Amino acid sequence: MNFKTRLGLGILAFFAVIAVVGEWIAPYDPSEMGNDLLSPPSAAHWFGTTMTGQDIFSQVLVGTRGVMVVGLVCGVLATILSIVVGVTAGFLGGAADEALSMLSNVFLVIPALPLIIIVASMLPSADTVLIAAVISLTAWAWGARVLRAQTMSLRRRDFVEAARASGERTWRIIVFEVLPNLTAVIASGFVGTVIFAVMLQITLSFVGVVSLSTWNWGTVLFWAQSNQALGLGAWWWFVPAGLCIALLGTALALINFGIDEYANPRLRKVRA
Amino acid sequence: MTFLLRRAVFYLVTLWAAITANFLLPRLLPGDPVQAMITKLGGRLNSDAMASLYVLFGLDEKKSLWEQYVDYWGALLRGDLGLSFTFFPTPVADVLSQSLPWTLGLVGVTTVIAFVLGTLAGVYAGWKRGSWLDSLIPVTTFLSSIPYFWLGLIAISVFSVTFPLLPASGGYAAGLVPEWSWEFVGSVLEHAVLPGITIVVSSVAGWVLGMRNMMVTVSAEDYVLVARAKGLSQRRIMFAYAARNAVLPSISGFALSLGFIVGGALLVEMVFSYPGLGYVLFQGIGAKDYPLMQGVFLVITLAVLVANLLADVGYLLLDPRTRREG
Repeated sequence: MNFKTRLGLGILAFFAVIAVVGEWIAPYDPSEMGNDLLSPPSAAHWFGTTMTGQDIFSQVLVGTRGVMVVGLVCGVLATILSIVVGVTAGFLGGAADEALSMLSNVFLVIPALPLIIIVASMLPSADTVLIAAVISLTAWAWGARVLRAQTMSLRRRDFVEAARASGERTWRIIVFEVLPNLTAVIASGFVGTVIFAVMLQITLSFVGVVSLSTWNWGTVLFWAQSNQALGLGAWWWFVPAGLCIALLGTALALINFGIDEYANPRLRKVRA
Repeated sequence: MTFLLRRAVFYLVTLWAAITANFLLPRLLPGDPVQAMITKLGGRLNSDAMASLYVLFGLDEKKSLWEQYVDYWGALLRGDLGLSFTFFPTPVADVLSQSLPWTLGLVGVTTVIAFVLGTLAGVYAGWKRGSWLDSLIPVTTFLSSIPYFWLGLIAISVFSVTFPLLPASGGYAAGLVPEWSWEFVGSVLEHAVLPGITIVVSSVAGWVLGMRNMMVTVSAEDYVLVARAKGLSQRRIMFAYAARNAVLPSISGFALSLGFIVGGALLVEMVFSYPGLGYVLFQGIGAKDYPLMQGVFLVITLAVLVANLLADVGYLLLDPRTRREG
């Protein structure tokens, strides 16, 4: 493991801890209105306060959980979907492959954001888990495509032929012969999906189609935008949440590089 | 030609899927938001408008789903997307045709710039692997991890609020009339700078990384070694041998990531109140304007499909193998 990967894992672990303990270590109730209105960062309010005197540091801390939960739930759901579709298509070939590939390409090409905005705003209650499920439905296709290509290159290998010749059932070959060889691809697909899901969730909160009753980094930005934080020069209102998003995204991308380099030795750094 | 034909069939299927999803969504999801809006608008809707909303959102429960579907297609083919609640009583089709050129201009130009810039940078970074250029990777990763809309917010706060250099919102200065005059075109360009740079900065990193990794992989191929052994110039090997092959995944990826980029660009329009589809969509969300939101979705899907077809033609020109097939 190189430095970049470790850095990524470190940042991810940091946010994971915040997601668990954020609610307890937050100095204030994130929704509680205080007397310091729109004050810049200070010792009492590390990230400053909002127009109604809410503590932004607490909002970011408490909001971490929502972000991480959606990322994790979507990552798991979408990865399972992509394995089912991608590996089946790649292993079976023929008409099943044509149909499943077509399905995943359709999902890839249709612009996800406007579609999800429509779905989310039609749902009577857009809570965190429901949104995670909706995002998963659009997030699996890329992984499926990559897995299909990789599976196709595996299915004619000798060890798979051997398993077939010895009369193994198809599902057994897939689970015990093919899947273990796809671990790196699945892992990098998982990480990529988490990035996608986190970004999408924050975006949906920012445009205001998701329930605003639970905090996440996107809701912080939504309130900043709808209260004209920019025009008021209240940079502290939108900078911390955005930096957290970028940091988390970078951490996940770095982890993904680590996985890529593990899977493709040509990408590893040449030692001088 | 079979290649293009197959792609065209695929795009038609995708378009059908998008339209069918648009048809089914309001019918499947619980609640009757459109009915509520119609009740609210009350007598202000004339009977024609009412009829088309009934067709589009399946409010006429006496008809079977199949009859509704046929009527829906009929309405779409006539270009009837219903009335917008936000811009009442303007038809959705009119709202869209006013905002579409803005989006096509902004997103089209910036996407091409980002793709060309990113790919060139990736060619160099991959060719000069192991040099200081590698240290740029974490920086580009960080840039690509920033949500488009947040970068837009920062750009506004720095270049419009702190240092008032560029306008923060709108597509042209207030008071100007859209026409082909220097004043108007200049104002349009001035207003496009910040949103444009925002889109380029946040989308360029993806192309750099993809291209770099492909260059690294391709540089180890035998034909590159042969080209070196022949004593060809570095430039020629880099572009005609390595880059030409390495760019193929980027181009086929272009098609697939376009939907994602357009999504980000819509957000940039929202942040900058740019008069394109994204801002229209944003206004529609606030007012629960379903006819408008669904119209935006259809138009964007159509635009993305056309752009994909263009990318396929580019792929055909670059990769002779796809041409031989037919």
